[in-house]
Amino acid sequence: MFGTITPDMILAILPEISLLVVLAIVFIVDLVLPETRRGILAVLTGVGLIATFVLTLLFANPGNSAELVWGGMLRHDMLAYVAKLLFIFAAFITVLLSVKLEDVWLKGEYYLLVLTSTIGMTLMAASADLVMLFLAIETTSIPLYILAGFMTGDNKSTEAGFKYLLFGAMTTAVMLYGFSLLFGFAGTSNLYAMADAISAGAVPGPVLVGTLVLVLLGLGFKVAIVPMHFWAPDVYEGAPTPITAFLSTASKAAGFMVLVRVMLASFPNILADWQLMLGILAVASMFIGNVVALTQKNLKRLLAYSGIAHAGYALLGVVAASELGVASVMYYLLVYVVTNMASFGVVIIVSRIVGSDEIEDFAGLSRRSPMLALVLLLAFLSLAGIPPLGGFIAKVLVFAAAVEAGFVWLAVVGVLASIIGLYYYLIVLKEVYLGQPKSEEPVPVVRAHGVAIVASVLLVLILGVIIAPGYNWAIAAAASLF
Amino acid sequence: MGFPILSAIVLLPILAGVVLLFLPPKNHKLIYSFALAIALVTFLLSIVVYVGFDATGETFQFVEKYDWLPQLGISYHVGVDGIAAPLVLLTGVVIFTGVIISQRIDDRPREFFAFLFLLASGVFGVFVALDLFALFFFYEIAVFPMYLLIAIWGWKQSREYAAMKLTLYLFIGSVIALVGVLAMYFNSGLNTFDFLALQNANFSPEFQKLWFPFVFFGFAVLGGIFPFHNWSPVGHVAAPTAVSMFHAGVLMKLGAFAALRVGIMLMPEGAQFHMWWILLLTLVNVVYGAFIAMTQTDFKFMIGYSSVSHMGLVAMGLATLNHDGLVGASIQMVSHGVMTALFFAVVGMIYDQAHTRQIPELGGMMKIMPFAGIAFIIGGLVSMGMPGFSGFVAEFPIFMGVWRDTPWIAIVAAISIAVTAAYILRAVGKVFFGELPAALEGHMHDIKISEKLALGILCVIMIAIGIFPGVIVPMVEHGVEAVLALVGGA
Repeated sequence: MFGTITPDMILAILPEISLLVVLAIVFIVDLVLPETRRGILAVLTGVGLIATFVLTLLFANPGNSAELVWGGMLRHDMLAYVAKLLFIFAAFITVLLSVKLEDVWLKGEYYLLVLTSTIGMTLMAASADLVMLFLAIETTSIPLYILAGFMTGDNKSTEAGFKYLLFGAMTTAVMLYGFSLLFGFAGTSNLYAMADAISAGAVPGPVLVGTLVLVLLGLGFKVAIVPMHFWAPDVYEGAPTPITAFLSTASKAAGFMVLVRVMLASFPNILADWQLMLGILAVASMFIGNVVALTQKNLKRLLAYSGIAHAGYALLGVVAASELGVASVMYYLLVYVVTNMASFGVVIIVSRIVGSDEIEDFAGLSRRSPMLALVLLLAFLSLAGIPPLGGFIAKVLVFAAAVEAGFVWLAVVGVLASIIGLYYYLIVLKEVYLGQPKSEEPVPVVRAHGVAIVASVLLVLILGVIIAPGYNWAIAAAASLF
Repeated sequence: MGFPILSAIVLLPILAGVVLLFLPPKNHKLIYSFALAIALVTFLLSIVVYVGFDATGETFQFVEKYDWLPQLGISYHVGVDGIAAPLVLLTGVVIFTGVIISQRIDDRPREFFAFLFLLASGVFGVFVALDLFALFFFYEIAVFPMYLLIAIWGWKQSREYAAMKLTLYLFIGSVIALVGVLAMYFNSGLNTFDFLALQNANFSPEFQKLWFPFVFFGFAVLGGIFPFHNWSPVGHVAAPTAVSMFHAGVLMKLGAFAALRVGIMLMPEGAQFHMWWILLLTLVNVVYGAFIAMTQTDFKFMIGYSSVSHMGLVAMGLATLNHDGLVGASIQMVSHGVMTALFFAVVGMIYDQAHTRQIPELGGMMKIMPFAGIAFIIGGLVSMGMPGFSGFVAEFPIFMGVWRDTPWIAIVAAISIAVTAAYILRAVGKVFFGELPAALEGHMHDIKISEKLALGILCVIMIAIGIFPGVIVPMVEHGVEAVLALVGGA
């Protein structure tokens, strides 16, 4: 079916192969490991992810070339390359943050599910065909449904798993329906061939816009934008926190990769339509996400709503539909992933000790553990878009992309929404720095958690000060789509 | 290119802030000594810049330029002109004197000084930035730490409200200015944020007329322009002493300075189109601010509103767009910065001991702390614009400039001088020469030597400028020439 297998084709799926090997090793070791030494599983997974990261970084770089491989199923390009590295990094931090998490971290299947989901994400970023895309999305989602409900003894976690499954299955079905319509009219399932068929007029206008809505419904669910956001707060709150972190960063980013690719590859014909549609969704997400976040008492829920708002900002870059626009989305996601990992890291560390993730229980953290407070400060300021942190650069880039593409009004709305965001980030920081702690004891930090948050926060700073390397990646990824 | 002195000034405080965070938290003495040493070095560096500036040389001096993100035309490009150099010195003075009088901070001093230094780096960065992106970057760095400094170390009764109000006001202003800057970037088609390149961008008159108000007001919010001044007195009052000094002394200048740099210098036609009504707003600032100050019984509120009034004069000078007005505005930024830092320092010293700032409840301070009293009186004379002090050198040209533009505004604005004299003299009379209230008997003692040193430095600057205007005027005129070349004014 694929003809001869060339080295390029292997390199295109090198990350997936490597992840699969790690998965197999963890699976086998899990079978033979005695009950008392299961901590090794986390180490194995972590090391495997680092190895995969390095392998991918060194060998899977497609450079300036972009080609369809494996019979047009995948596209080996910079966008996929950068995104894959991001997902692997996120999975690695997730594994680090899972260490010592009761009921979770000693179970082999936990790591298997995380790895499987990561494979799904890496495929999502590269998919160039509806069939492949659908499979990749399902490979990503199904393990995440299980992971969200992984703490079977905990009602909230079980509820989160179910809710995520039900909404996920429903929106996926709707999206699949959209895919089938597209395939039926265009006569091809390849995203890139489809653009030609569409511009040749194979799909009647109203049907095209209709299918677009169906597809957006499914992808909007993955990236959690308004109005497909309602699942996020409940699922984020109930899921084990490392999984919440994974969901809100890597899974969201994977959704964006698909969104960017599908929109630009398959729907250039109705550019103005989907720009308007996504522009409205972006505004709604920024405002609803930020405004509802104002009232939250639980830090995980607050981060869920903030994540909805951030999806809105990133969407501005998609709306711009330019090279700068896609680069800004990419940069935004890089920053957002590392920043949120740092935030959730602190949540995990603190809630492990105080036994809750209500904002009031973070009161006075600065007196207990100044360094943890500092990490949270940096992460939240980055989310609020304040220099010298990554979030500032990311915001400037998406607003710049919007202005460049003539959407000045979107940029204005965006900056105003970001003021609302600033307010609730400050409310949390106020608790952290001004509140009276219930105890003066320093919060002990598991070493793996410490590594995770320090690595994340350093990246936040690097992305905020030394902008060029990250931007070069982002712009190369963007260029591969045009 | 010799020693990169501007980079040193910008980076030293922020790096010191990072080092501070790793010092042992309980060792207050070490933390304070370290902060003081860094502040002293920063102060000395800023003197070197001021003295080294050649008022007959290039427009921008000590220039350094490195690529930052060349794809988008972003560079780290710094340099000072005749307007910025005095402001760099001002910042150096205020950070040094501010740290001196912060010895009493005993709640988490290491974080306090770290945030204060972060703020200082941001302020220096804005004054020296010659790239709009860099300017913006530093601008927000300068604004944000205020929140924490006020919210954590401020006056308990109003700090949370004041800190949030200040932060939201300033951020709304700055993000609106940001959109304006982005519009300029794309409209110029030059693919650069470089200030010098954008000077020659020739934005169309329509573009300038549309965007000038966004950029100007976005920044001028921080300069306390009416009707967006409300955050400022509230913030001053809630802030701890060193932060009030920094806030009123330096931070508000950032707003005026950035409005000049980005608004007026890059969109001169827009400026000319809009300035008539901005001039009216600044008139409200000047007169209204003075009258409100007059009605205050809280010592710190009085000075807070006096800052609104004096910063109004700065904006008014800028709004004339002529030589005299711009020169006066530039000197007023320095003069007011030093003066208001001194005021807040003295008020802080009194409050620390008396635990009240109500003017009617104070008195007799001249006998207890004569040095502070004399310093305050000198500041008061500056505030009233007495000849022989820096206030005169600053305000006289402003009024001349306004007169050239619209005489009646100068006449109305002059009311503020009388009102200022009234409230300053009233405060001096009651607080320093009035009778010492029984409640304070025995609680008060003289200020420390180090505090006298801080006040002394501030006084020397105000008197030096007043008696020898030559130390600053040629430099400022040199900078204003370049502005006028763009604006095309008289």
